Amino acid sequence: MSLTDLTIVEAGERLRSGEVSSVELLEAALDVASRTEAQLHAYLTIDREGARAAAEAADAGLAAGDDRGPLLGIPIALKDNMCTRGLETTAASQILAGYEPPYDATVVSKLREAGAVIVGKTNLDEFAMGSSTENSAYGPSFNPWDIGRVPGGSSGGSAAAVAAGSAYGALGSDTGGSIRQPASLTGIVGLKPTYGTVSRYGLIAFASSLDQIGPLSKSVTDAALTLEAIWGHDPLDATSYAGEYPDLMSDLDRGVDGMRIGVVAEMAGEGYEPAVEQAVAGIVEKLSDAGAEIVEVSLPTVDIALSAYYLVAPAEASANLARFDGIRYGLRADGVTTEDLMAKTRAEGFGPEVTRRILLGTYALSAGYYDAFYGQAQRVRVALREEYATAYGKVDVLVSPTSPTVAFPVGAKVDDPLSMYLTDICTNPLNLVGHPGISVPVALDHQNLPIGFQVMAPALGEAAMFRAAAEVERLARFTARPELAEVVT
Amino acid sequence: MPIDIDIAHVARLARLALSDAELEVYKSQLGDILDHAARVQSFEGEPQIDSAHPLGFVNAFREDETRPSLDRAEILAQAPASENGYFVVPPAMEEQ
Repeated sequence: MSLTDLTIVEAGERLRSGEVSSVELLEAALDVASRTEAQLHAYLTIDREGARAAAEAADAGLAAGDDRGPLLGIPIALKDNMCTRGLETTAASQILAGYEPPYDATVVSKLREAGAVIVGKTNLDEFAMGSSTENSAYGPSFNPWDIGRVPGGSSGGSAAAVAAGSAYGALGSDTGGSIRQPASLTGIVGLKPTYGTVSRYGLIAFASSLDQIGPLSKSVTDAALTLEAIWGHDPLDATSYAGEYPDLMSDLDRGVDGMRIGVVAEMAGEGYEPAVEQAVAGIVEKLSDAGAEIVEVSLPTVDIALSAYYLVAPAEASANLARFDGIRYGLRADGVTTEDLMAKTRAEGFGPEVTRRILLGTYALSAGYYDAFYGQAQRVRVALREEYATAYGKVDVLVSPTSPTVAFPVGAKVDDPLSMYLTDICTNPLNLVGHPGISVPVALDHQNLPIGFQVMAPALGEAAMFRAAAEVERLARFTARPELAEVVT
Repeated sequence: MPIDIDIAHVARLARLALSDAELEVYKSQLGDILDHAARVQSFEGEPQIDSAHPLGFVNAFREDETRPSLDRAEILAQAPASENGYFVVPPAMEEQ
C-alpha cells in the first residue's frame, strides 16, 4: 500500500507516531503527479517550492509540540477558482491567464492556519461552468478510472487528484453539483455544505446565491474534518452564517437505527442507468436492515428545478463576470474606446460555454424579461424550499443517486449543452435551496466505473447527513482504487 | 416553440464583441436552452419573492470603522496598464 492510499486520518496517525513526515507525504503525492499528470491533467499549477516549505514547517511545528489539528502536514489541492496570494489563479479561463491574486481566499487562509500543505491548483470547467471539466481553456482533465472518460465537473481536477493520489484531499466548489458529481464519477467522497457556512471570500464567483466551497476526500471522516477546518462565520462574506455550527463528529459512528430516510421518487427512472439505480436500491435495503425506516418521498418541483437553475445561475453569472473587462487585471485586448476594449477582451478571453451563459443570463435579466424568467425561477426556489421543509417533517435525511449515470466518454456531451445540463438533475436542487449534500462512493458498474450515493439534509443538518453517510460508507465497503497506468517518460 | 432573441442587443448589453456567425450559433443554442428553461413561466407560485439568500438572510452590517484595504502597489502590479496610481484606459468615446 502506497502512502497516497492513506486517508487524512491515517496519514495524521503516522505523522504523530513519527512513522512518516509531512515531507514524505508530499513527496509521495508529487511522485504520483509526475507519473500521472500527462494522462490526467488534474493540475494547472503545482507549487513544489511553496508546498515543500509548508511541509517542512509542519514537520518542525509538530516536533516542537505545535499540533494544529487533523490537517497539519496534509497535502491538499485547491480548485483554481480560489484565490491564492502570489500563485497564479485562472478559473481555467484565458481571461485570467497569469493573474496572481493579491490576497488569499478565506478558506486558503484557514488551511494555511491549520498547517495544511497546499500542493497546487486544480483544473476545472472555465469559471466553474460545466459538468465534465471539458470547458477548461487549458484542456480537459481525465478520469483515473478510464482516461477516455471525463472525471465530471466542474471540480474534475480536484476529484482526479484525490482519486489518483496526487493529493490526500482537495477543495472544490459546488454551484449545481460541481463537487458531488465529480466525486461520484471518480469514486471518492465529495460534499456541498449548507449555504453560508463556508466563506466565499476569495472564491471567484459564478452564481452568488448558489456557490459553496466543500471538500473532496477518500473517506467520510476526512470530509468532516476538512469541513470543520474551513467553515465558520466570515465577516468578509456578507452571506456568511453567523449562528451556531453543527457538531459533525459526535454522531459519525452512531449508525442509522431509528433514522427516517426518504427516497426521492423523482430522482429515478428514465435517463438513470440501471447499474446506478440497482446500486442505490441495494444500499437503501442495507440501510433498512441496519435499522432505518425507509419512506418514499415525492418532491414534484424537482422536475422544474433544472429549468429554474438554468435561469438563476446564468443570470447571476452574467452579473459576476461583468468585472472581467480588461481594465484592472487579466487579459486586455486592444480597443479604440473603453467599451470596444471591454467587448473585445471578453470575446477573446471567455470560452463558448461561459459566453453562452453570460448571454443567457443577460437576456433573462433584461428589461421586459426579468419577471418572466428570473422572477419566476425565484418563485420555483421558494416552492422547492417549502417542499423540502414538508419532506423533512417526515424524514431526517433524503437519499438519491448523485448522478443518473457513471462517467461518460470525453466528447460525448460537448455538442449538446442540454444533455450536459441534465447530469446535474440530482444535485442542483440542493443549491437552489441552500441545503447540504454529500456523495459517497458505493459500487462499480460492469465497466469498472464508480457509482455515487447522495445523502441530503436540511439546512445546518450536517450532523444527520454525516451520520447517515458514515453508515452508507460502512455498508458499501467500497475500497476499490483506480489502476493507474504508468506513464513511460 | 423556439423563442426569438435579439442576440445582437444581448451581446451589446453583455459587452461581448461576437462575429455575425458566432451570434447565429449562440442565438440558436440559447433558443433551445430557453425552451427548456421557459417551463418556469407556467409555474404557479407565491407572488412574493423573499431574500435571494437561500436561507433568507438579510443585511449583514458591520461597524463603520476604517480598516486597511489591500496593498495598492500589489493591485496595480496586476494592471495591464497603469500610471501614477491610475489604471490607464482608452477614451470613453472616439475623438471626432
